[in-house]
Amino acid sequence: MSTTEKEAERNADGIAAEISRREAELHALRRELAEWYARYEATPKRDDLFTSISGHEVQPLYTPLDTQDLDYLASIGLPGEFPFTRGPYATMYRTRLWTMRQFAGFATAEETNERYKYLLAHGQTGLSVAFDFPTLMGYDSDHPRSLGEVGVCGVAISSLADMERLFEGIPLDEVSVSMTINGPAIILFCFYVAAAERQGVSADALRGTVQNDILKEYQAQHAWVYPPEPALRLIVDMFAWASEHAPKYNPISISGYHIREAGATAAQELAFTLKNGFEYVERGIARGLNVDEFAPRLSFFFDVHNDFFEEVAKFRAARRIWARRLEGEYGARDPESWRLRTHAQTAGVTLTAQQPQNNIVRVAYQALAAVLGGTQSLHTNSMDETLALPTEKSVRVALRTQQILAFETGVPNTIDPLAGSYYVERLTDELEAEAERIFDEIDELGGVVPGIERGWFQAEIAGSALRQQREIESGRRTIVGVNDFEEGSDKVEIDTLKIAPEVEQKQRQRMAELRAARDAEAVERSLSALRLAASGADNVVPYILDCARAYCTLYEIRAAMEDVFGSYKEPVFF
Amino acid sequence: MGHARARPAILPDAIILVWLHLRSQGIAATPNTEILMERKIRVLVAKPGLDGHDRGAKVIASAFRDAGFEVIYTGLHQTPEMIVSAAVQEDVDVVALSVLSGAHMTLFPRVLELLREAGADHMLLTGGGIIPEEDIEALAGLGVGRLFGPGTTTTEAVAYIREWSERQPQDLVG
Repeated sequence: MSTTEKEAERNADGIAAEISRREAELHALRRELAEWYARYEATPKRDDLFTSISGHEVQPLYTPLDTQDLDYLASIGLPGEFPFTRGPYATMYRTRLWTMRQFAGFATAEETNERYKYLLAHGQTGLSVAFDFPTLMGYDSDHPRSLGEVGVCGVAISSLADMERLFEGIPLDEVSVSMTINGPAIILFCFYVAAAERQGVSADALRGTVQNDILKEYQAQHAWVYPPEPALRLIVDMFAWASEHAPKYNPISISGYHIREAGATAAQELAFTLKNGFEYVERGIARGLNVDEFAPRLSFFFDVHNDFFEEVAKFRAARRIWARRLEGEYGARDPESWRLRTHAQTAGVTLTAQQPQNNIVRVAYQALAAVLGGTQSLHTNSMDETLALPTEKSVRVALRTQQILAFETGVPNTIDPLAGSYYVERLTDELEAEAERIFDEIDELGGVVPGIERGWFQAEIAGSALRQQREIESGRRTIVGVNDFEEGSDKVEIDTLKIAPEVEQKQRQRMAELRAARDAEAVERSLSALRLAASGADNVVPYILDCARAYCTLYEIRAAMEDVFGSYKEPVFF
Repeated sequence: MGHARARPAILPDAIILVWLHLRSQGIAATPNTEILMERKIRVLVAKPGLDGHDRGAKVIASAFRDAGFEVIYTGLHQTPEMIVSAAVQEDVDVVALSVLSGAHMTLFPRVLELLREAGADHMLLTGGGIIPEEDIEALAGLGVGRLFGPGTTTTEAVAYIREWSERQPQDLVG
């Protein structure tokens, strides 16, 4: 026997010994755990649900037995490496902290512009535009359906002129901007690109994200315009255009946030969101795009709810599922395509109108969960958001909450510090398995779009919302200040932001001026060209850009495509 | 999922005759509320305006149904005109609006005005959403019923509608 053969034999013996030692250890643990459980059963427990907010039973104790089948390198690995369970980037917050990005917008473009400048001056590192409801639905400020809603829930943007004012004095090649818009996303995106042009910034310098996730609109948030098929075509048009002209820009943010806020459980949020993501990937591939051309720019957006560990595990499971599918099912070869990058926002639905200051604490815990989950950017809600849009003061506290987390707690020093926790690893596995089960269920319905058309997603979400409401009303789930620890008076103790009714008048006036001042012929010409492109197979982005430059309004552009695409009718039920 | 249409607006003559007979025999001195409650409370749950957040509307609609009300849900993005026309057509007792968009000062008065124009001001206009205290007071002054804010239980809303209904003149036997 040669030396190397002897060495190999010794190694094999060593491994065998190690395996039997490990088995003996687990065996002993099993025995001791059985005894522990006997003591546990014999001890009185608090009268509590001991389930996660999503309704999952939580064990009193997790041990190495819960993770014994876990293959470390295959399932957890290292940060920045497949399957990215521990984080999308190798060095995570040691290289770059998450982007602190507060969602903001109200009244007119000028007022929101001031708020943006204020936030940037206070250390915020990215912008996030909240549009008003008319804009979200593709209506101009002077459209009859906009009555009473202009500038109330966000900023009113009805044309390129408004978009130019929104970013007046904010260099769009330096600040990354996220825009929450879906039904008419392609139009607002073109306003944004055109506004950057007016600043002398070309599209390839733009960093930022447009939400543009229509599937979750049908499922949860309901700001749609067109039916699913043409809406998906517009999204793929944007993928194709952005991959060529705006390579640093994310043309979609596949969002679980609204699904969760509408009532879904953590597993439903995870599964519906990722399944929507797969649908976009399939649509891109069906168009003939190479998956590695557009998948690297797909970004995500998750909610961070109250159940701390479930939320951390959700982010970890999301990255692993995405990486595995993109590599396996869709044949992506570029690691950038496997990397799930996400924004996170604390859960608005957990804020209470009662004792609103308590919300600061809820938000802080949720923010911690998002960071331990490895988010790339974060919005922390303000304490007064169940009452109105946040005041400057309450937004500042929300931003400071992130800064304290980033600079005082030491949390960002170590990457994915909860990895290896028996509980967190087990939860991550369970969420992955549950998501896989839900994927199968959706496949049985015929896929995402048939599921939407049949109202399946909507019914699942509403069912979960009702279950949670019943838990709260029956007192089985405690909400501090709401169904326990109440204070006598429900009086609101904080100031709230008021939107002046003059805003609507001002916007209407401005629309009248715009319509009078622009070149009517250019408007007609660009809209006709767009109608023609929409009825053919051309990518419509360049046509909408022309409309934007000619100061066509949001609704004019929406309506031109509606002539071709029709509009969406929801299945109504409860 | 819809709602059952079978619901007599007026008690069938036969039941009234039985009741009159029983009363004349001294067997039923007071109206048997169980029989009279045959007419279920009909509620239109509506989402006016452009706001698509229907979690609250759907939860409250389910709770009303569980409480034994007949519930019609309009779906999203309804104009005040669409809501009032549905309310009249469905002959409801209560119109419950869910408004989270901040447009309540436009939407509630407009629905109220249209209800009056349609001769349907006997209907209760109530609702819920993100509505500041002073706006609730202002709307109450116009004749809008109670408005429920975040953290309200569905039980509270159900009880409010029941109590309101009990206070209404019973057109059922009159």
